[in-house]
Amino acid sequence: MSVAQASAPAAAVAPMRALSIETIGMTKIFGSLVALEDVSIKVEPGTFHALLGENGAGKSTLVKCIMGFYSADKGQVLLNGQEVPIHNPRDARAHGIGMVYQHFTLVPSLTGAENLVISRADAPAIIDWKKEMASLETFLQRMPFRVPLDVPVSAMAAGEKQKLEILKLLYLDQHLLILDEPTSVLTPDEADEMLGLLRGMAKRKDITVIMITHKFREVTSFCDSVSVLRRGRLIGGGKVSDLSTEQMARMMIGDTQIREGAVRAARPPGETVMELAALYADDDEGLPALEQVNLKVHAGEIVGIAGVSGNGQSELVEVLSGQRELTDGRILIKQKPFEPKRDSFYRLKIFGLPEEPLKNATVPRMTVAENMAFRTFDKPPAAKLGWWLSPGPMRAKARELIARYRVKTPSPETAISDLSGGNVQRAVLARELSGDVDVLIVANPCFGLDFASVAEIRAQIMEQRNHGAAVLLVSEDLDEILELADRIAVMSGGTINYVAPVGETDRATIGKHMAGH
Amino acid sequence: MTEGAGLIVFVAIIGGALRVSTPFMFVALGECLTEKSGRVNLGLEGTLVLGAMTAYAISFHSGSPWLGVFAAGCAGAALGAMHGYICKLPKVNDIAVGIAMMLFGTGLAFFFGKAYIQPSAPRLGSFSLGEWTGSQQIATALQINPLLLVGIVVAIVMAWAFANTKWGLIVRMTGDSAPSAKAMGVSVDLVRFLATTIGGFLAGVGGSFLSLFYPGSWNQGLSSGQGLMAVALVIFARWSPIRCVIAALLFGAAGAIGPALQSVGITQGYYFFNAAPYILTLFIMIASAGSKQAMRDVPGELSITK
Repeated sequence: MSVAQASAPAAAVAPMRALSIETIGMTKIFGSLVALEDVSIKVEPGTFHALLGENGAGKSTLVKCIMGFYSADKGQVLLNGQEVPIHNPRDARAHGIGMVYQHFTLVPSLTGAENLVISRADAPAIIDWKKEMASLETFLQRMPFRVPLDVPVSAMAAGEKQKLEILKLLYLDQHLLILDEPTSVLTPDEADEMLGLLRGMAKRKDITVIMITHKFREVTSFCDSVSVLRRGRLIGGGKVSDLSTEQMARMMIGDTQIREGAVRAARPPGETVMELAALYADDDEGLPALEQVNLKVHAGEIVGIAGVSGNGQSELVEVLSGQRELTDGRILIKQKPFEPKRDSFYRLKIFGLPEEPLKNATVPRMTVAENMAFRTFDKPPAAKLGWWLSPGPMRAKARELIARYRVKTPSPETAISDLSGGNVQRAVLARELSGDVDVLIVANPCFGLDFASVAEIRAQIMEQRNHGAAVLLVSEDLDEILELADRIAVMSGGTINYVAPVGETDRATIGKHMAGH
Repeated sequence: MTEGAGLIVFVAIIGGALRVSTPFMFVALGECLTEKSGRVNLGLEGTLVLGAMTAYAISFHSGSPWLGVFAAGCAGAALGAMHGYICKLPKVNDIAVGIAMMLFGTGLAFFFGKAYIQPSAPRLGSFSLGEWTGSQQIATALQINPLLLVGIVVAIVMAWAFANTKWGLIVRMTGDSAPSAKAMGVSVDLVRFLATTIGGFLAGVGGSFLSLFYPGSWNQGLSSGQGLMAVALVIFARWSPIRCVIAALLFGAAGAIGPALQSVGITQGYYFFNAAPYILTLFIMIASAGSKQAMRDVPGELSITK
């Protein structure tokens, strides 16, 4: 008998299936780092609980301890008031705790149905697809949302995958759902729909939800209670209705000094500096990724490209930085055709901060000084005759940049991969912004950074705009775009389908275009 | 060329395809299973040669060619298991291990096989698909061996199992996304170990065909790279067992072009036509490197695609 059939009658006799969970004094130490220190939280059955905190605050460590990925050094987990030992994810699953990870755990080449059936511990040795499909259909009819079952996961949209992940947990009869930033791949509408449905299920006492997030909007509109972590400790929490966003933000950040957001200098629109004319490009698998992208960026303006990840933004940035070939179309810089080559970047003063800078803009094992010299190592004073390099001036320049951009590194001779994410970002930014900038291409510059670095980096970008640079900002964070951009372009399905000045549009309109309408 | 000669060449190529394709088929099916689990075993050339030697030796000593076939499978499974075990050690590259295993397998076969080059061992029987035509020539050309049918059955069972059994789904899952498999409590190393072992068994059986049926004797130049070509063939077949069979037949046919033309007296370019399978391999590699469909079908965990 399948799980789906087994759970249907169970629902009728036991209306309250949601679990309550409590952690007592959870502590986890990695070497010299205390990742989690004496964290006790309590989540009532049938509630939607948010775990708030910056990157590295210990949210992931906490849920991984609950799930049995890590064994906590101290502390207990109580389920429905009883202590349960959880040594590995399989134990957690047996107790009805399921987790949706930031990266998908579905198997791309298997269909939705295959993914669901194989996830069951009691999957039959020989699968009778007729019977399984029938029981999957009955299961889906009880669910608030559905996904196509006979399509390989690789052909599904991100939203469908996310729904399938959640369906999988429900299919496995799990009633405590832990979600790790579940909306990062969804459009605002999809996110609202999904969180709303989960909230509904929690209200009916079908499930209890713990959601890791850093979006206050999601906390205030969908969650019942919240716990805020900072540097591995529980700082505060309680009912969401009792807390203001400011209070939560203060708990998250603590007393760290945050740089004031740079002021947007009023300035008349400049001339067109960068023009993208009908760009076409393919993705790694040879499928069209960009289809007729048209956009103009003027001097002294930030154009923000919003969109759900995977709609061609990465490919666009790669095309502009010379990492991917165009199949058709042209890029014009100052009215002249532009070939993305090192020489033209230098001549036309085009700089960029790609996403995942450690991968896309540095050589991880080379030193900070060397990485900072990538733009200038073959020009005087770092080089004589264009080929004789002198490390002295390179190091001097690096020291200056490290001080000016507050890069935290033991020395200029440290390998750049040893730096934290925020400092890699700063080091690359220092390299790219140290000279005159006419064009700046930035992609997800603040992904995974703490508040202080975020404010710092956003201010730098704004300063470049105020100095007259044409800035193209690609970001999956709509708030970032709304804060920085002068004009907003929305990318969906590989093309730009909406452009508007930031003052003449709103979140709902942008969201609609992100979904491709 | 007369019409009659054309027919003879055609029948000879079909016959050649049926006769020569079996080792390709078994090695390709074995490699297909291994690659579906997310690992590449380039050592199957060595497995093929060792299988051929083992089959011949066991058949010679026991007098039973089918026992020889089984022993060849076991020898192949042992090599496969070795590859599977070594690859699960940390920081080991499966391609490099495969090349080492290829040299190890052929070396082992040559070492133990010296004594069996001279003696003659009992061979596998055959039957003809061409009896009904009444033509002696066609009947001889269409001689086939039961192993060919076994290979086709194995391919059909494998294709069915990949879609309809728990084990099939687990192998595909492991090959496509190791993190997903781990998250479900599947031991990725164990699945790959078993897939490589079974893959080795199939390749070993393929080797037994070389020494016990066609060409039907044991010598050191027996395989001449067929095991390596079969690995290329899996890419061409886009990891589908059924397409592996078709591709193996195509390779067999290409290999038969030279002898078929010779049988009607065309000896010009004999060596060139004999090189047909190698040329075909080259073109297949070039064509599939640019094939978008192949990119989509490739198991995500394969180190050749990472």
